[in-house]
Amino acid sequence: MTTPSLVLELKQVCKHFPGVKALQNVDLRLFAGEVHALLGENGAGKSTLIKVMTGALAKSSGDIYFNGQQCHFASPAAAQRAGISTVYQEVNLLPNLSVAQNLFLGHEPRRFGLIQHKKMQQQAQQLLLRFKLNIDVTAPLAQYSVAVQQLIAIARGVAMSAKVLVLDEPTASLDSSEVQMLFDVMRQLREQGVAIVFITHFLEQVYQISDRITVLRNGSKVGEYLTADLPRSQLIEAMLGKELQQLTQQQAATAVAKQAEPLLVLQQISVKGSLSDISLTVAKGQAVGLAGLLGSGRTEVCRAVYGVDVLSGGEIQFGGKTLILQQPADAIKAGIALCPEERKTEGIIGPLSIRENIMLALQARRGWWRYLPVKQQQQLAAFYIDKLQIATPDADKPIEQLSGGNQQKVILARWLAINPQLLILDEPTRGIDIGAHAEIVLLIKSLCQQGMSLLVTSSELEELVAFAGKVVVLRDRQKVTELSGDNMTAQHIMQAIAEG
Amino acid sequence: MMSLRYLPLWITAALLCLLFGIGGWQFDGFASLAVVSNLFSDNAFLLIVALGMTLVIISGGIDLSVGAVIALSGVAAGLLISQYQWHPLLAFALIVPAAALFGALMGVLIHVYKLQPFIVTLAGMFLARGLATTLSEESIAIDHSFYDAVAEFGIALPGGGWIGSSTLIFMVVLVLVIMLMHYSRFGACVYAIGGNSQSAQLMGVPVASTTIAIYALSSVLAALAGIVFTFYTFSGYALAGVGMELDAIAAVVIGGTLLTGGSGFVIGTVLGVLLMGVIQTYIIFDGSLSSWWTKIVIGLLLFGFIVLQKVLSRRTALTAAAGSTAHG
Repeated sequence: MTTPSLVLELKQVCKHFPGVKALQNVDLRLFAGEVHALLGENGAGKSTLIKVMTGALAKSSGDIYFNGQQCHFASPAAAQRAGISTVYQEVNLLPNLSVAQNLFLGHEPRRFGLIQHKKMQQQAQQLLLRFKLNIDVTAPLAQYSVAVQQLIAIARGVAMSAKVLVLDEPTASLDSSEVQMLFDVMRQLREQGVAIVFITHFLEQVYQISDRITVLRNGSKVGEYLTADLPRSQLIEAMLGKELQQLTQQQAATAVAKQAEPLLVLQQISVKGSLSDISLTVAKGQAVGLAGLLGSGRTEVCRAVYGVDVLSGGEIQFGGKTLILQQPADAIKAGIALCPEERKTEGIIGPLSIRENIMLALQARRGWWRYLPVKQQQQLAAFYIDKLQIATPDADKPIEQLSGGNQQKVILARWLAINPQLLILDEPTRGIDIGAHAEIVLLIKSLCQQGMSLLVTSSELEELVAFAGKVVVLRDRQKVTELSGDNMTAQHIMQAIAEG
Repeated sequence: MMSLRYLPLWITAALLCLLFGIGGWQFDGFASLAVVSNLFSDNAFLLIVALGMTLVIISGGIDLSVGAVIALSGVAAGLLISQYQWHPLLAFALIVPAAALFGALMGVLIHVYKLQPFIVTLAGMFLARGLATTLSEESIAIDHSFYDAVAEFGIALPGGGWIGSSTLIFMVVLVLVIMLMHYSRFGACVYAIGGNSQSAQLMGVPVASTTIAIYALSSVLAALAGIVFTFYTFSGYALAGVGMELDAIAAVVIGGTLLTGGSGFVIGTVLGVLLMGVIQTYIIFDGSLSSWWTKIVIGLLLFGFIVLQKVLSRRTALTAAAGSTAHG
């Protein structure tokens, strides 16, 4: 390899959304002929960084240098013209157009200004053969599986003879042979001097293909490393954070959990394609943490307990009885509530007021015909605004105008209002500011003291250790180990995640 | 799969042939070049406006203002030619760019303020119709040697057929629109926006300029249809083309274009208009049926086609889902 030359450099880039600092002073250096892995947990800011870099989002501040010159990409089209092409996490192609049209949209071969369909189809066929795809390029894209669509999206990026190719989680929907095929193409491109950004949560793949790693956490850059110099355990530490010591001290107090009777018992539950043989117990008044990287099965356990995914094996016992869950309504009836990970899409109803958002679950349980008087609603809303310290002038403000942390508290209030026996929190602190983190940790603790049981997933290990009486570590959709008492430290959890 | 995509088109073509065959078998003189050429010249304005509508609907939008634009451009032509003694060509040279501006403005509103095309073009419809009525409530007769020349110009076909200037204008527009939609990058962008404008944006499609151009083009074609309509009636009238936007939409849908956008063929719209025209011709030949039967049949056809579209798109979704689950 020749000495790498800098192709694209981001300096001190910031991006603010209302109420959220998505990126804070992030640097990124991309070199020609290198695969650069961009890593970080959910909400770390990877996707935002990519969007800023490729012109899909305007940066709030900072500079971008392309081939040494300061530049500004007003739109994805401008970035593409400069030679930066992106394959986004979700396939962003057009299902209604043919494969060939998708590959060449905006770059169709033309003669006298007219598109040469035959030539375009031939070129498309040849291009896809590099990916060992031999398909009918005249058929609409919608006809093909997501994996094939993903390969086509990548082929499109390659076809535009990019200088920088950004691949945002390209392997999520590919099987292992398809991944190897993709890696072959990536190696080919690397030899041709293309700078490749590779975002993934599969660490094996990072070590297989990447030359350099930049880690983001909570919207800030943790560091830039050469892959060869960075052992896996240190990488995980960088991703999950290491300011753990202070919070871990508090843990001693809560860990002395009374040996209460079990409330939720999972006996070797499996869900086809997402979980296998997971057993765990949640006692009354206990908070159990689920740790693991993205894709390890954390969210899937929550979904199974909440009845979103139906079990293919095993048994769930709840309060001593076997629970058969066909749908979330069954779980709610039994006294289980879930705060989902995707707050924006699955949790809040943006235009409705705080009060209305809090009332949703309670009203749903009462049935739509037994309307809760407005006065009572206001009392309840005021009670939770006070109890959870939701920062708002009044209860009738639309929830979308609140910050992420306060939105999270409103959703918590929604479920607390129906007083569940088991509350499942999937990444309750994701994408909210540090101050709100601490408040939510305290809230979880006080709920436990009142006798509520919680099942909490989080990628913030120091938080898990702070409130959980027990942490279950998952990896590759299986349970790796269970840590409690003195063993339950962020360090141990990290080791368990890394080594299995 | 390909056959599924072309299916609505084939059905429309088959219905057209079937009805034409029945008419020819039932009535003397139905299956003649004269009837066919009348079909084109009587519907030339609708054909032209429907071609513009096809563009808009493929992009996922709708343009309700076209009927009013037809009236406005007709009234404007009548005023300029009869009252102000302009040469018709000069009047057209003012009307067509003005219409482009009108459409472009609607496009800007739709794109920049993310407004529903339905509501923006509805406002445009009221605006244009109101303006036309304010200019002149009465129908304005157009009497000009140019109009006589236009009416006389044409190519005679055997069997009483006649390709007049309106039909010729339509044919030129048809060729241009087919080139534009199926052989230019602009056309590819229109389909892309109709498929998913967000993805299109990320793929580098200039969504803003394309959207504006789409509505500008639709208004230009509507103005042209308005001019052709004055050739047909020798007058400009503020109440011309009432409801014609709906006829155009119906023709586009019957021609196999998806109302949700992203899929359809220009030639399908031509078949759609012709099918509607043949139904009308049939009813005229029959003589005993009320002409309102045309509307009833078109209504039934529309029902049939939207159900067909739904079934087809569900099929496509199912096969795609089957494909992805096969991959895990």
